Amino acid sequence: MTGRNSQNSNNNYLKYVRALDPPTKHFKNCLAAFGVGGLICTIGQFLRYMLAYAGLSGDELAGAVSVILIFFGCLLTGLGVYDRIGRHAGAGSIVPITGFANSVTSPAIEFKTEGFIYGTAAKMFNVAGAIIVYGVFSGVIVGIIYYFL
Amino acid sequence: MPTQEILDILLMYVKAFVVGGAICVIAQIVINITSLTSGKILVFTMLAGVVLTALGLYQPLVDFAGAGATVPISGFGYLLANGAIKGAEKGFFYAVTGSLTAASAGVTAAVVFSLIMSLLFHSKTKRN
Repeated sequence: MTGRNSQNSNNNYLKYVRALDPPTKHFKNCLAAFGVGGLICTIGQFLRYMLAYAGLSGDELAGAVSVILIFFGCLLTGLGVYDRIGRHAGAGSIVPITGFANSVTSPAIEFKTEGFIYGTAAKMFNVAGAIIVYGVFSGVIVGIIYYFL
Repeated sequence: MPTQEILDILLMYVKAFVVGGAICVIAQIVINITSLTSGKILVFTMLAGVVLTALGLYQPLVDFAGAGATVPISGFGYLLANGAIKGAEKGFFYAVTGSLTAASAGVTAAVVFSLIMSLLFHSKTKRN
């Protein structure tokens, strides 16, 4: 088979697969993402009010809210509940900070079988590593720009 | 408690819900169009938060919607950039280290809780 032919059949195959794919329910998707994402943020706002009432403020308050949300993200991932929510909510469960927690805990548990050094600890940063690498890098650039401005 | 205060709190919940939900909808639309994986979505949303904060556009959103803007991962980017900007006022050393210092609570929590959860739970066979 010449290269051109194989590419043709490849394209035909992709077309065929796409035809069999169930149509993505864009509107339903977005509605679920809106509801679940909004609900998680509302819970965050509730925690803000509660902790402010308990006497926290400023950076401490923001940090405590994140830590609590991350804790529940990790716990629900461990219990296997978060993935079930994620199947319906899509971005609504990925984008909030609980989704970040899920992206750390999920591989940590899954790769436990490969040991605690190369499994849990190393695979923990599968996705979180990328976030920290590009987050810190862009943060440093912002810091340097603001320093010289 | 005066009714005005209760109304303000309720309004804040609505704002957090709408803004937080809207950020998730934007990410969901990007997923629907480009079918990016969740890891890439997280990185891009976070970077969007960093850029918007550096341009001074994210702070008004945080003031307006509270947790609606800080809970999505773009709020993590806001935290990083804000730490760097605040550090830059103190000196070059703090300009460079400020972002990770600000993010330390979140990263520490994610690492510690994940390790604890991996000790407590086994991976579940996916049931569909």
